[in-house]
Amino acid sequence: MIKNKITKKADQGKREILEGSRAVALMIKNIKPNVISAYPITPQTHIVEDLAKMKANGEADYEYLRAESEFAAASIVLGASAAGARVYSATSSQGLLLMAEVVHNIAGMRLPVVMTCANRAISAPISIWNDHSDVMNIKDSGFIQFFASDSQEAVNQHLLAYKIAEKQGLPVMVNMDGFILTHSYEPVIIPTRAKVKKFLPDYKPAKGTYLDPKNPKTFGAFFPPAYYMETRENLHQDLIKSLELIKKEYAFMIKTLGFNNKDNGLVEYLGPKNPKIILVALGSLNGTILETITSDKKLKTSVGLLKIKTYRPFPAQEIIKVIKAKTHVAVLEKAISLGQAGPLYNDVVEALSGQKNRSALIKNYIVGLGGRDISSEIIKKIIIDSPKKNASLKFYG
Amino acid sequence: MNNLEQIRIHGRGGQGVVTAAELIAIAAFYDGLEAQAFPNFGVERTGAPIQAYARISKKKITTREQIYEPTVLIIQDSSLLDSGNILAGISDKTKIIINAKENRWDKLKNKKNLYFSPATEIALEMIGKNIVNTVILGAFAKYTKLVSLASLKKAIETKFKDKGEEIVAKNIKAIEKAFLK
Repeated sequence: MIKNKITKKADQGKREILEGSRAVALMIKNIKPNVISAYPITPQTHIVEDLAKMKANGEADYEYLRAESEFAAASIVLGASAAGARVYSATSSQGLLLMAEVVHNIAGMRLPVVMTCANRAISAPISIWNDHSDVMNIKDSGFIQFFASDSQEAVNQHLLAYKIAEKQGLPVMVNMDGFILTHSYEPVIIPTRAKVKKFLPDYKPAKGTYLDPKNPKTFGAFFPPAYYMETRENLHQDLIKSLELIKKEYAFMIKTLGFNNKDNGLVEYLGPKNPKIILVALGSLNGTILETITSDKKLKTSVGLLKIKTYRPFPAQEIIKVIKAKTHVAVLEKAISLGQAGPLYNDVVEALSGQKNRSALIKNYIVGLGGRDISSEIIKKIIIDSPKKNASLKFYG
Repeated sequence: MNNLEQIRIHGRGGQGVVTAAELIAIAAFYDGLEAQAFPNFGVERTGAPIQAYARISKKKITTREQIYEPTVLIIQDSSLLDSGNILAGISDKTKIIINAKENRWDKLKNKKNLYFSPATEIALEMIGKNIVNTVILGAFAKYTKLVSLASLKKAIETKFKDKGEEIVAKNIKAIEKAFLK
C-alpha cells in the first residue's frame, strides 16, 4: 500500500475515521456540558442518540433530558442555562421551526446556549434532505451562526462555540449539512479532554448573572418602549463585537489543538491572487466547489472560493478585503427568501455596496434545495454563466 | 490505483448497502489512505433501491457530489439489473462486481471487467442469513486490491463491535471465503 501523502504533526492527536454525527457527539462529550436536552428528528438523530448512549453507558455525567417536543427541549436548555449550567441541544428543519420562539428568547436573555442544526429542508412538501431553509428562518434571532464545510470544521466550531458563548454571553448555533456531513464517514481528529480544558475552562458564570435564590434575578422581563429598543441595539452591537473575539479565540484554539489552519474563523479564501470570479458559499458545498476548481487547470488560475464560516455576525469587512471591484461574484446558496433572493446574496450585496468603482457582477445561484445533488458539472455551468450580463437570480440543478 | 477511486454500491433497503460503503472507507483509511463514505437515501423503506458511495484517494477528499462515473460498481442485489439504469456512468475501465454465480444478463454481454461473486450462497452458508454486504466486500478486496483483507477484517471488528463476537467472527469467515473463491 502506498502511504498517505498527508502528514500530520504528532501533537494534533489521533486521526480516526468516523461518522460526522459521531465526531460531534464525541466532541460534546469532551466539552462536558451539564445538561443536554433534545427531541429526535432526522438527520440530527445520530448525534443525540450517541450522546444518550454515552450517558446510559456511564461514559458521561451530564443530565440527559428527553423532551416531548423541540419546543420543550429548547425551553429545558434555556432554563438550565439561566440556572448557570453549560448546555447542549441539536435539531433540524421543522424541529428548529418549533423551537423558533424559544430560540429568540435564548438570544434576548443573552444565554450561552450551544446548539447544532443538522440542516434540512422545510415543509411543505415534506423533505428529509439537506438545504439551509431551516436556519435561515432564525438567522436574525441574535444567535451566532457557524457553518461547517467538513467534519473537522464541525468539531472545531463546537469547541469554539462554547468559548465564544460563555465569554460574550451569546448563544451559538453550529450548522452542519444534514446527511452530507452528519451521515458521512471521513477522517477527523477529536480534541482530547486535556486539550479542550486548556482552551475552554470549566464554566463558572459570574455571580448575579444566573438564577440563584440568594441573588434573585428576572430574565426576559417586560420592557416598555422606553427601554426595549436599547436591548436590541446592545444585542446587535455585541454580535458585531464578537467578530473580533471569534478571530482571537479561533487563532488560540488552532494553536492549542496543534492544527495549521491559515484562516481567521470568519471567512476563508482559497484560490489565485487575482481571480476573475469568486464563488461564495456556506457549508459542505464549499468542498465540492474546491474540488471542481482545483482539479481544472484553467479554473485553478482564474476562479477563487470564499468560504463563509461565520454567517452571523456577518463578516462584511473580511469580504470587502477579499473581493475586489473588478471581480465577478457568484453566490451559491441552498436557501431563498421567497419572493426576493437568497439571504447570503443579500448580505454579500450589502457588504459590497460601498465598494467604489464596482464594475463586475454579483449574481445569485439557488442550488441544492431539498437535497438536490450539486455536482461539479453544475458548478462549472455557474462559473461560465457568472460573468454574463443576464438575470441576477437563477435556480440551477 | 487511480488518483481518485469512486465506488458506487447498489442494493435494497435492509441489505446493509450503507454499511458496505462505510466498511470500504474504514478499511482504506486503515491502509493509510484518505477515504469518504456517504449514503444516498431514497425513501427509508425495506426493499427500496438504495445507493451508497465510497471514495478512496492518496490526497484529501473534499468533494461531496454523488458518484456519477464510478471506477468500481458493486451490485449487491442483481434483481436491480432487470430494472432501472444502475449501469449509468460506467466506462470500459469500471470494475463491476455482481452478487451472482454467472452472467445471465444481455446488457452485460459486451461489458469488460466483470466479476461474479456468489455472495448470497456464501452468506446463507456462513452467516445463516441473506446478508451479503460484508461477503461481497471479500470479492471487492480480491478483485480491486483497493483495500487489504487485513484492514477489511479490522474494519468489521470496529464497526460490528456492538453486535457481539459471534457476528464479527461469522462475517470475517464469510469475507475470507469470498476472498479465496
